[in-house]
Amino acid sequence: MKINNLGLLLALILVACSKSISPVDSSVETGVFHFGNGSEPQGIDPHIVTGVPEHHILISLCEGLTIPNPNSGGNLPGAAKSWTLSDDGKEYIFYLNKAAKWSNGDPVTASDFVWSWMRILTASLGSQYPDMLYYLEGAEDYHTGVTSDFDEVGVKAIDKYTLKVNLKNPTPFFIGMLSHYSTWPVHKDSVLKHGAIDDRNGQWTRPGNFVCNGPFQLKSWELNNKIVVEKNPFYWDAEKVSLNEMHFYPVSNVMTEDRMFRAGQLHVTSTLPSQKCPIYIEENNPDLRIDPYMGQYFYRLNIDNPSLKDVRVRKALAFSIDRKLLVEKVTKCGQIPAYSFTPPGSNGYQPDTKIPFDPKLAKELLNDAGYSEANPFPKLEILFNTNEDHRKLALAIQQMWQQNLGIEVELVNQDWKVYLSREMVGDFQVSRAGWIGDYEDPNTFLDLMRPNRGNNKTGWEDANYDSIVERANSTNNQTQRYELLKEAERILIDNMPIIPLYTYVRSYQLSPDVKGYNPHILDHHHPKFIYLERD
Amino acid sequence: MIAIFLKRILLAIPVLFAVASITFFLIKIAPGGPFDADKAVSPQVLKNLNEAYNLDASNWEQYVGYMTGLIQGNLGPSFRFPGRSVTEMIATGLPVTFELAFYAILIALVMGVFLGVLAALKRNTFLDFIPMAIAMIGICVPTFLMGPLLVLIFGINLELLPVSGWGQLPGDKILPSLTLGFAYAAYIARLSRGGMLEVLNQDFIRTARAKGLTERMVVIKHAMQGGLIPVVSFLGPAIAGLLAGSFVVETIFQIPGLGRFYVEAAFNRDYTMILGTTIFFSAMIVFFNLLSDLAALWLNPRSRDA
Repeated sequence: MKINNLGLLLALILVACSKSISPVDSSVETGVFHFGNGSEPQGIDPHIVTGVPEHHILISLCEGLTIPNPNSGGNLPGAAKSWTLSDDGKEYIFYLNKAAKWSNGDPVTASDFVWSWMRILTASLGSQYPDMLYYLEGAEDYHTGVTSDFDEVGVKAIDKYTLKVNLKNPTPFFIGMLSHYSTWPVHKDSVLKHGAIDDRNGQWTRPGNFVCNGPFQLKSWELNNKIVVEKNPFYWDAEKVSLNEMHFYPVSNVMTEDRMFRAGQLHVTSTLPSQKCPIYIEENNPDLRIDPYMGQYFYRLNIDNPSLKDVRVRKALAFSIDRKLLVEKVTKCGQIPAYSFTPPGSNGYQPDTKIPFDPKLAKELLNDAGYSEANPFPKLEILFNTNEDHRKLALAIQQMWQQNLGIEVELVNQDWKVYLSREMVGDFQVSRAGWIGDYEDPNTFLDLMRPNRGNNKTGWEDANYDSIVERANSTNNQTQRYELLKEAERILIDNMPIIPLYTYVRSYQLSPDVKGYNPHILDHHHPKFIYLERD
Repeated sequence: MIAIFLKRILLAIPVLFAVASITFFLIKIAPGGPFDADKAVSPQVLKNLNEAYNLDASNWEQYVGYMTGLIQGNLGPSFRFPGRSVTEMIATGLPVTFELAFYAILIALVMGVFLGVLAALKRNTFLDFIPMAIAMIGICVPTFLMGPLLVLIFGINLELLPVSGWGQLPGDKILPSLTLGFAYAAYIARLSRGGMLEVLNQDFIRTARAKGLTERMVVIKHAMQGGLIPVVSFLGPAIAGLLAGSFVVETIFQIPGLGRFYVEAAFNRDYTMILGTTIFFSAMIVFFNLLSDLAALWLNPRSRDA
């Protein structure tokens, strides 16, 4: 321990008279991007991790067959320079970029992808995202142990640089899914040098051991402090990469992150303190960014609960909520009232469902369901995880239900894991929920409500809905497919096992020095398009 | 004194054993598991994960397995951070937490003892009232308010010091050390004042003065030795509290210390990490309490002679 730090302390307090140069100020010269990254990442093994902070780091380190388009729209070439799709929409041929290399200089080959996809589908690895590849022929069977022969899975290396992928059904969103890190390759020799194919605790992800094929390579990793990645000279498009280093800070406290940004220690924040958002909007803060985001905030209704079995009750609850008021007076950060489960505009999909705010109709529906002043509706409980924003919203809805329907509502907040376990076993009546799309297609939402999906959690099942979604995903015609998905969406909203409340936005602060950090509906920002320049 | 030391060390073993056992079963009772997530995993994946971490065994088998590992010094792998062992994570966070605690306790002692002794010597004057009023404010203002206030003044308005980090930018250790130190300085000031007032009224001080010693000698050589015994007794639990309780300051200032691991492990149901950090902090509390008891014994001539 350095005792002279104390001397420094006193000296600085007493005689400090010069202002220091902040990291953001100096980075225009050094090309270092300071990134507020939410929380400490679980790790950087793309087949093990599950979160958003992990994604931000991985997108700089590894690259899938395709990469997200910074201007939205279809994915751009990544490790694959081009691809073709068969007429039946079930067979992709990917032609790999021969200049693509791993960060140790090895070429990226088709067999690297085959091995990587075999790894994520290896059950004993315990990956939480194997279902991202269930669209491949035989993938689910291999993962669940129905077959142990990986040759039956629809991914083959035709030659060193050609990869063939066979899908069970035409899957129009498959190319979009390749932006997800679970489909990205890992360097076989590096993984096997530090453990077996299914070793979750292998040390290959440590600095010095980690090899991947992205625009940056891992330089250092100080737990709970920062992760530094530096430009990868072997990256096939290294010329385009303008940043020299990216520093990822795991700042879990949003107020700390806000202060760090204001003091010039960060170029971008992961989020914004919700109470500050309306203030920054009012002040016209030039650093504030509110971008569209493919996420929906909704309430789950447990339809196995006797009080909520009747669809008229569920509709009454949904129709008595003034969503416009919620976003204007409660959330106050540019959120959009939601009248469908899928956020409108997801890859051109526009759901046509409507959820009116009609307290009179809501009251009538409740009366039709047999509830009146003589037979009042039993007390209802809203479950949410402990969080001030969820509480505020629940309070507003409590008041709307009380005022418009005369229902007494109790708010129950629980620790995150308790809340999850209660939701999982169906120990709730109404629970708050949020869902962020994994890829840019309505299926990432509508698939959730199919029977036997672990994230349905409402107890609602509808064979018609299921078959329509199934049919939509088997058709090769996008217009026809969207029509079917809209029909499914109408069935869902007509049965109301969930009450959509608002569509999320991505609110954060961005330094004016950062260029090329364009809004993206999935919040994917490929770092090769980002550069620093002071106006 | 050696006998006391050995006896207390021996007593610590069953204490730590009990802490480990109670913690083990308490976290098993807590609802939710390490792999519960917003995006629920399929039963097949959950089964694979439980097998990978031996969570499919009975609680008793897991307990025996954990305690056997513990005796061998193996705290197990973290569930939340694959590829990291609990021992490695404690070893990463501990030096930072120790360093922060060291600066904080140094600030607390220098400020607290100086103000406390001054207040005792100038009893019922402005030099008593002002330091004690400041001490009362220090006790009342929690670190989660003090920290952001200091950041606002020195970091954002005056732009003199970094608002966060540890060892990354020049001077980034100053504000967290002050924030944590202030709270303890306040307690130490009040304890020093009380201890000194009691001692200053005793006969041996009157004798020292009668012998013609200067006031400075009376205070430093005679009064402070006895007057600061309450401070020394307070230091043991205080240091243990600083180590285990620096979570707030670590969060406010983005410091990679052990406190954040400790609290976040509980939220994440990272079973092995909760156990590892709880056992470690318990050992620290036992150890520092023992040290302060021994120091207090040594400072007190009556008990030293006995």
